Amino acid sequence: MVAVTSSGPAKVTTPTDEQILVTREFNAPKHLVYRAWTTPELVRRWWAGRRGEVTLIEMDLRVGGTWRYVLVAEGGMEVGFHGEYREIVPNERIVWTEIYEGLPDAPEDHAAVNTLTFTEVDGRTTINLLTEVKSKEDRDAILESGMEVGLQEQMEIIEEIATSLR
Amino acid sequence: MARAATTTDAFNAVAEPRRRQILDVLVDGERPVNDLVRLLGLAQPQVSKHLRVLREVGAVEVRDEGRQRLYRLNGHALKPIHDWVKRYEHTWSERFAQLDDVLEDLKRQEGDGGSDE
Repeated sequence: MVAVTSSGPAKVTTPTDEQILVTREFNAPKHLVYRAWTTPELVRRWWAGRRGEVTLIEMDLRVGGTWRYVLVAEGGMEVGFHGEYREIVPNERIVWTEIYEGLPDAPEDHAAVNTLTFTEVDGRTTINLLTEVKSKEDRDAILESGMEVGLQEQMEIIEEIATSLR
Repeated sequence: MARAATTTDAFNAVAEPRRRQILDVLVDGERPVNDLVRLLGLAQPQVSKHLRVLREVGAVEVRDEGRQRLYRLNGHALKPIHDWVKRYEHTWSERFAQLDDVLEDLKRQEGDGGSDE
């Protein structure tokens, strides 16, 4: 049988000002998708995407356990993330906190809460990853995180321009 | 991340502060180049150079009226920058493409009866 790869794009929406929802279907049963999310040597293979290299994955996968990922982006910049697991239902649902260590002060004040759910239909799994933060500013900072440094200032004028078009 | 040439990428075209200033002025409406020279306090050749970059990415458009060249903003060329969500989506799409490969390997392992659990 020829494997059908589901490689569709991730769908990202912003249900509220403090939320980001990422949705994607995978051509695999949910116990495998769950395993790929929760096994350090597997996470290491995909989490950086094509933007760099994962250099550290620590996971103490139990409620109250902590985790930490470090990524070295192309260009050498190192970024770290850490947090704590709040809920774990194997193959169904994981809730954890996420703190981006690159924030200049009090990064813990900007912790996000992520809720990941796995839904399987006919051997295919849809994941919903909901990221919740405390303010629209924090949410926008996360949405910007894929961008190059310095774009914040550029965004302000672009925002203004876009508004003027309406 | 590979960077596109300034002249082909709207992101890079607006990375220059003077060019953002030009866009800022044009938000309020069409302007002849002389106005831009005056408002930015730059020499005309510099302003023209920045305008050329902005034109090449489609961020500004020009038309001749009599002896004047009038520049105006084309906000649609800047939509890719405005659209933050798409960038974030792209990051996740890249990750998930890699995850697809991991899953194919896991399925193959299970198919071989070589469950690692």
